[in-house]
Amino acid sequence: MSAELKTAAHVTNHGNGHVTVTNFAGRAHVALNDKPLRANFRRAMDGLMAKRAAQFPDAGDLAKLRARGAAIKERALARLPELLEQLEARCTENGIKVHWAETTGEANRIVLDIFQGHGVRTVVKGKSMVSEEMHLNAFLGEHGIEAVESDLGEYIIQLAGEMPSHIVMPCIHKNKMQIGQLFAEHIEGQRYTEDVDELTAAARRVMRARFAEADAGISGVNFAVAETGTLVLVENEGNGRMSTTLPPLHVAVMGIEKLVETMADIPPLLALLPRSATGQPITTYVNMITSPRKPGEKDGPQEIHLVLLDNGRTRVYADLELRETLRCIRCGACMNHCPVYARVGGHTYDAVYPGPIGKILTPQIAGLDVAEDLPHASSLCNACVEVCPVKIPIADILVRLRRESVRPSASQAVKGGGSGWTLSEASAWTGWKWLNAHPLLYRMGTGVLSALGHLIPPSMPPLKAWTSVRTKPKFAAQTLHQLARDKGFDDE
Amino acid sequence: MSTAASVPAERPSTVYFFGTCLVDLFYPEAGLAGMELLKREGLRVVFPQGQTCCGQPARNCGFFEEARTVVRAQFAAFPEPWPIIVPSGSCAGMMRVHYPQLFAGEPDQAQAEAFASRVYELSWFLVHVLDLKLEDKGEPVTVTWHASCHSMREMGITDEPKRLLRSLSNVTLVENPRERECCGFGGTFSVRQPEVSAAMVADKIASVEATGASEMVTGDCGCMMNISGAMEKAGTPMRSRHLAEFLLERGDVR
Repeated sequence: MSAELKTAAHVTNHGNGHVTVTNFAGRAHVALNDKPLRANFRRAMDGLMAKRAAQFPDAGDLAKLRARGAAIKERALARLPELLEQLEARCTENGIKVHWAETTGEANRIVLDIFQGHGVRTVVKGKSMVSEEMHLNAFLGEHGIEAVESDLGEYIIQLAGEMPSHIVMPCIHKNKMQIGQLFAEHIEGQRYTEDVDELTAAARRVMRARFAEADAGISGVNFAVAETGTLVLVENEGNGRMSTTLPPLHVAVMGIEKLVETMADIPPLLALLPRSATGQPITTYVNMITSPRKPGEKDGPQEIHLVLLDNGRTRVYADLELRETLRCIRCGACMNHCPVYARVGGHTYDAVYPGPIGKILTPQIAGLDVAEDLPHASSLCNACVEVCPVKIPIADILVRLRRESVRPSASQAVKGGGSGWTLSEASAWTGWKWLNAHPLLYRMGTGVLSALGHLIPPSMPPLKAWTSVRTKPKFAAQTLHQLARDKGFDDE
Repeated sequence: MSTAASVPAERPSTVYFFGTCLVDLFYPEAGLAGMELLKREGLRVVFPQGQTCCGQPARNCGFFEEARTVVRAQFAAFPEPWPIIVPSGSCAGMMRVHYPQLFAGEPDQAQAEAFASRVYELSWFLVHVLDLKLEDKGEPVTVTWHASCHSMREMGITDEPKRLLRSLSNVTLVENPRERECCGFGGTFSVRQPEVSAAMVADKIASVEATGASEMVTGDCGCMMNISGAMEKAGTPMRSRHLAEFLLERGDVR
């Protein structure tokens, strides 16, 4: 099948230490040969799985809670257009200025305009995946505004000039030795150490100064409550609270799917998110932001802006099956439990959102023409489906995307649909269909394979890929069809 | 996701056996053992010669029309309302969980749903419908169980196969702490992402070998082809067999 050739690792070694890779298999090849990286991920994911399991000791309770989480998000999505209007109205009443952005480019422009209007030069940032989607730091940097990540993990990868490798724990691919080296290189006066407390203290020192001098803060949003216009933000380091309360100006960025209907929807989601994500009963900080500083109040920003980003989400929304993707609460449990992610790490996905959720989200947002191999980078083991706190049928959506890539739906639900089609693969499945839809042909074909299958050379694709680490399967001398008949089993 | 089967109101007297294409070509002795076990329990076992493949490979690759054509051939091959017993959690999951989805909105949707409701994974049927009791006649042996992802997460099979193994007095079952982790087979995944699949099966082998068992027993021949093929290539072969074969060889009806 041509699939093997299409997805073979595209790795070019330039001989000068530079290696370029252009597809998932190629990046996986590099990651799989990086021993420390593999050890870091395996250890981290094992720990996260154990911690999550300890938080949900009762399978029945968990099933109920997941059903509730899924229902809350489904209910909100069903009314998304009107809830968004409600959120805008409530926020506006509360003094939060709401902006709409269809593309990441528009969102960046909006943020820049706000900052330039206020003469902002330095910004502290709480963790936000939507801002990663926008590549906001780089954009602001190009316009002379320095944005410093205040989440420890994000700060570390910002120093390293890397992308997050996990949506909750962005620097999970690094160990303390690597972080120690990074700090010694980048933080003035910091010696090399593997002492985690000392490293954390060093980052805190840098951060405290940044918080004090920042002209503005940026944050993401975990949940926005339409009923009250409240932005809910969970975090563990207090940096989210500092970023949203210390500077005089706060800009929050969120994807339009982060809405819930009422405040009563928040507790069940908070019961699911930290437990699924990091195995914590609750995060150290739960921030609820409803308005800027009011007259007589002693803290909080004078001005708050909320930027609502679409970036392809309404397109996903239009398709009822794909819409389930938008239930995601970004806990990362799917990647923590993914046997593929645990081995190749987040950077192999070459996307803002790695792991199982990334495999379904990236092709829908960026298009199958640029991410055609992601839906195939799964054994469909369903481990992600089993743990998803809002019950997203990730495996079914992976298969749906595989379908869109070879035979796009009439509605053209996904950009770049059809880009994975090849004549050789389509022909192979046509042949497969004929053989398996005609029992007589099937019995003749399998009979021939039983007799002569041993002659097929192991170097023939796709056997070549198979036999790289396994022996060639041995055809039995007689098929089960033949044996069943010989042993006198009835045919009808 | 998992659609746990329900026990039929009456113990059936006749059942169909769906062998699966993989068993048909590579492990017919596993299929035959499954049929013998059912027959030994007094059931009439019918093996339609018109059966071929459950359609999962094409469905999983997005070729739904081709899959449906092949599935319709199975509808034709299993016309009577008898239970359909499948010696694979993965193929059973395709038939039970995915047929209704695959035929949603098709003219034969009702037929797909009715067919799906008749599908049982072999070990589940042995435990819950036949209440199989075995007397161990084999030598003492230590085995480990390999659970397939689809048997666990689509068919909702958790303890049934291990319960059968534990019921054998001379069999010591050592469980694999990484039992729930995928072996890396995944059908075409193994050849589309061969290096990732290779890393997964290497870790699986290590965890299977670490149990110290002399034999690995499983209920899915896809996983077995992957794991035992990789063990053989690595030069550390351990005996591996389908549960049906293992039970038939060791257990006398009690």
